[in-house]
Amino acid sequence: MLDDFLVRAGLAGIGLAVAAGPLGSFVVWRRMAYFGDATAHAAILGVALALASDLPVGLGTMAVALVMAVTVATLAARGWALDTTLGVLAHSALAFGLVAVSFVPDARVDLTAYLFGDILAVSRADLLFIWAGAAVVLGLLVWRWSALLTATLSEDLAAASGLNPDRERLILTLALAVAVAVALKIVGALLIAAMLIIPAATARSLARSPEGMAVIASVIGAASVALGLLASLRLDTPAGPSIVAAAALAFAASASLGRGR
Amino acid sequence: MSLIAAENICVRLGGAEVLHDVSIHLDAGEIVTILGPNGSGKSTLLRALLGMVPVAHGRVTRAEGLRLGYVPQKLHVDRTMPLTARRFLSLPDRHGRAETDAALARVGVPEVADRPMAGLSGGQFQRVLLARALLQRPQVLILDEPTQGLDQPGEAAFYRLIEEVRRDTGAGVLMVSHDLHVVMSASDRVICLNGHVCCEGTPRVVSNAPEYRALFGLGTQGALALYQHVHDHDHDHDHGHGHDHAHPHHHPEPSHRHEHDHA
Repeated sequence: MLDDFLVRAGLAGIGLAVAAGPLGSFVVWRRMAYFGDATAHAAILGVALALASDLPVGLGTMAVALVMAVTVATLAARGWALDTTLGVLAHSALAFGLVAVSFVPDARVDLTAYLFGDILAVSRADLLFIWAGAAVVLGLLVWRWSALLTATLSEDLAAASGLNPDRERLILTLALAVAVAVALKIVGALLIAAMLIIPAATARSLARSPEGMAVIASVIGAASVALGLLASLRLDTPAGPSIVAAAALAFAASASLGRGR
Repeated sequence: MSLIAAENICVRLGGAEVLHDVSIHLDAGEIVTILGPNGSGKSTLLRALLGMVPVAHGRVTRAEGLRLGYVPQKLHVDRTMPLTARRFLSLPDRHGRAETDAALARVGVPEVADRPMAGLSGGQFQRVLLARALLQRPQVLILDEPTQGLDQPGEAAFYRLIEEVRRDTGAGVLMVSHDLHVVMSASDRVICLNGHVCCEGTPRVVSNAPEYRALFGLGTQGALALYQHVHDHDHDHDHGHGHDHAHPHHHPEPSHRHEHDHA
């Protein structure tokens, strides 16, 4: 069954969607959309560094994404203007990444694949990496769920309950870096943030509890993967963007539904 | 031994010393109110006691295994998070439905259990915050201006509730306020704060203390206190004029305020 590229693509996308549901919910609740963007854009730099040093691409992207996320979190904690900082870092990382990739002598670098994903070319090894990464993200979030939720609501309230808000923030940062590395192959650096935010935002108007929102976001993400792949096959459109477009349509439908109520 | 205490603490925020040599303690079953104008370090003192801001000098001590209930000054629940009052009460520790319902009934808002937090009125919201604190079965209840945004009857009702909680549970209550009126009737002890402890004692003793009068004037409400504080540190200003025509209140002892500031 895994011999079929479409099945592998579907499983890869669903793996990402399952992890992106709860993680994306936190990104929405904490208003970290741009933060996710910056981390994702840094992934291109990770690709270049990994290729230059003959390391696995997944490892390189994860490391650079983590460095980026920690940098942004540290600067924010020191009171830097977050909007500007993120704007500078996100696009600088992307620009340096694109420049660095051009130095990699090998012609095997298909830039489009890293910018927009290459889900139809997912190998068995990729699939293993994606599901392992998704399991790590899910595991982290489930393990710290209540603490993360409390710290998201109010860091003061969390601290008064004996939790450490800084640690919870670090756990989310870590999860985000792993998710970026996982999603790079599927939707590409430019659309990773979309896979996090759009399903979660769509789930908002359908959910009555934080847990409900996370689960619904995962389901919507998985359905978008299926729909996007299908459309890609029928209409011969690029797969990654088609998945995000399907999610966006779901969002539009849920938004108009929410308004109608 | 006190449940929670600060000994000679100094706290610096962004280079400025917000609290200087402050000592405070809270025993079981007493209601202590910290009173002070805006910017006097009231919230910072609470945060230092809760361990949220580091102290530069001195130390904060807590009784072994102390259970704390905390009601923050303001809590913003983002509309992007679907969160009912019942779910909120189970953060971070899960409580059974019977327990959360009882807590909501205890604070007088049993009807809000299934309503989203973002849609509650100010009074309902504060009561839910209190219910959450009570679910921790606190030995110490810390409240940071818990009645902000409530109207006067709502405020009075809220403080009655606090007194009932103290009576029923024997918890020590430490709260911050700048509302003199309510504080005077609801507290066992009042600590008057303005970067340092100006004076403390029973409400009667404090209201007669010159330091207290210097900070708040006599027979006036918070508006004057705020006004005076602004001028408190304006040393270059000529104190001989410019005050009386700025507002209608009469300063009982302007010299007192000045002396105190340099003490």
